Amino acid sequence: MSKPLEGVLVLEFCQFLAGPSAGLKLADLGARVIKIERPKGGDACRQLAIKNLFLEDDSLLFHTINRNKESYAADLKNPEDLSKLKKLIAKADIMTHNFRPGVMEKIGLDYENVKALNPQIIYGMVTGYGTKGPWKNKPGQDLLVQSVSGLTYLSGADVDGPVPFGLSVSDIMCGNHLAQGLMAGLIKRARTQKSVLVEVSLLESILDVQFEVLTTYLNDGGKLPERSSARGSAHAYLSAPYGMYETKNGYLALAMGNLESISSLMACNIADLYKHTNAAFDNRDQLILRFAETFKTENTAYWLNILEPNGIWCAEVLNYQQATELKAYKALDIEQQIDLGNGKSMKTTASPIRLNGNKLTSPKPAPKLGFNNQEISQEFGIN
Amino acid sequence: MRPLEDYLVIDFSQFLSGPSASLRLADMGARVIKIERQGVGDICRTLYTSNLIMNGESSVFHAINRNKESFEVDLKNEEDCEMVRELLKKADVMTHNFRPGVMDRLGFDYASVSALNPTIIYGEISGYGNNGEWKNKPGQDLLLQSVTGLTSLSGNADTGPMAMGLSIVDMLAGAHLAQGLLACLYRKAIKNEGALIQVSMMESAYDFQFETITTFMNDGGALPERSLKNNANAYLGAPYGIYKTKNGHLALAMASLPALGDLLKCADLLKYSDLKASFDKRDEIKGILAEHLLTAETSTWLSVLEPADIWCADVLNWQELMEHDGFKVLDMIQEVEMLDGYQYKTTRCPIRIDGELLTSSKGSPKLGQDNQSIIKEFITLNPVDNA
Repeated sequence: MSKPLEGVLVLEFCQFLAGPSAGLKLADLGARVIKIERPKGGDACRQLAIKNLFLEDDSLLFHTINRNKESYAADLKNPEDLSKLKKLIAKADIMTHNFRPGVMEKIGLDYENVKALNPQIIYGMVTGYGTKGPWKNKPGQDLLVQSVSGLTYLSGADVDGPVPFGLSVSDIMCGNHLAQGLMAGLIKRARTQKSVLVEVSLLESILDVQFEVLTTYLNDGGKLPERSSARGSAHAYLSAPYGMYETKNGYLALAMGNLESISSLMACNIADLYKHTNAAFDNRDQLILRFAETFKTENTAYWLNILEPNGIWCAEVLNYQQATELKAYKALDIEQQIDLGNGKSMKTTASPIRLNGNKLTSPKPAPKLGFNNQEISQEFGIN
Repeated sequence: MRPLEDYLVIDFSQFLSGPSASLRLADMGARVIKIERQGVGDICRTLYTSNLIMNGESSVFHAINRNKESFEVDLKNEEDCEMVRELLKKADVMTHNFRPGVMDRLGFDYASVSALNPTIIYGEISGYGNNGEWKNKPGQDLLLQSVTGLTSLSGNADTGPMAMGLSIVDMLAGAHLAQGLLACLYRKAIKNEGALIQVSMMESAYDFQFETITTFMNDGGALPERSLKNNANAYLGAPYGIYKTKNGHLALAMASLPALGDLLKCADLLKYSDLKASFDKRDEIKGILAEHLLTAETSTWLSVLEPADIWCADVLNWQELMEHDGFKVLDMIQEVEMLDGYQYKTTRCPIRIDGELLTSSKGSPKLGQDNQSIIKEFITLNPVDNA
């Protein structure tokens, strides 16, 4: 199957998650992605492990983010290496980096210089907080970006204090935005035959994720989000019953719905709390507590059997083990096998995008540091 | 010139997932026409997902649908369908997020539309794919968070499942759809090929969790375990988390515990020099830190930690954030205006291209506000009386 970005050459100077996750997206869409890594250690993510999981020399995390790529080791401070890299850049369609502001200028691989080497390059830059202002040199680390962005006041209950999202959400969304920007750059270049500069930052990306609620805030006299005092409430701006409820044997999620139907199906009397439609907002916390009391009296399956057939939006809350056993999970072919060589393999997720009915899979593993130096040197004549 | 200038996007989608993708394309320069159901429109207009009504419609509708036009039609009326087909013949992209089967019944499935326009890029979002036993389940964000294990990652060990307090899966599916569409628009630009792009919320939710679910797959099925207090990532050791201080909060990312102990003058931390301990004993360590950080103000801790390159930050709410020069310099807020003069503030596209902010002053459309101009511009088949 021909993939849409076939023939596109990407040089990835990025490390960690945001930039490399964009590179992975482009790779799965058909681009050839070459990681440019320092000879000593390479992408720092190679040594960054969660739960100390390594596959040979590199962390499982690195393998997850950098599968389907090649690696070219080069020292940006070594003039010989740099001149080879410049030859490579001259042939690339895209290059990305996430160095702090000023670093690429010193090396001479900033946009202005690269444009002179390759007048048709798409140049992608990831920063933590943009290239100007008092935060420009702050570490672009996910939890810190979440913390300054206001995001931590949206999850959990009000008594919890600030609650971060338990994933590197600003990195991941920024990677998604970078991928979008780079592809828009390719489209623009197809029309103008000129280079394009694409800039994203973790902070702008995490603000974009909040665009709905920020718009509400900006037009509501600066009223800050008020999370529910009730445990399980799932959204600071949504009315009852939106939340997660404990049952006799687990948890059930209940989305927005008609309170009268829900309460009558559940035989949960809310008449005193729900006298007019706005009460779903006004009495949100008490309504959630009232439903919570009733949900505790029966098993999850009991409630699903009552609610689901009546079109009420609800679901059982599952952990990874239960979730990955679902037929619905298996039907989507979410997992793919990566061939690590020597008869070894690892499982990971496949691209979430289907093209003409087919999944965009690739068995190609993450590269060892400098694994492709020789063939790249030969292919591009940069010896 | 914006990258997608002169591109036409016909968007049948509702709520957040699909419309967030077309908003991105609009900000990149495409012209986006919402195809909306007669008399009702995108249900997001009236769905009270917040109790803030702006100019007659919900605040979230205005956030998601600015910079678009609205074409109000009855897809059960043949004349209206004919007009939509005329539009599709001239479109570069069409998107929808109806449940599987609906577009086939209406005659706007990929096969029918690509017969009209072979190079169209056709994008669709489903909850759980077009096959399989869950294909007809509602693709609702909280439910998707719940059935994909996502709710076991945030909050503390004793808080039960905790949702991320935004419609994150919708937004991810929208982001992935936009990526698929853009990739194929590039191919169309150089090879003039059409394509079908499909995204499901379930696959998008797992893509979001690709690091943690891959760990689960390769770690003998061990489930994520959140720390008892101050959890910020179930897979990371101490100090990673947010801590209360004397007057606020402090976020601490990865850091060496003895170094922290030195800087914070917290002797109890000095003994945790082993990296493994930072994970295995994280509840105990976080307990020590939590108690210690209560003894001084956030600014005191920052003034000690930041110069030593420890990754830390103050924890801000939106008001504090927006007062900060670090936010102001981003120019993240724009003001837009609807056709009737109603103005509102919203955020802009987070991507900069060639140094330009992709802003647009065009507000969201009233239902059907562009029918006349669209008919005049595109519908040449037969004179249709739409009055």
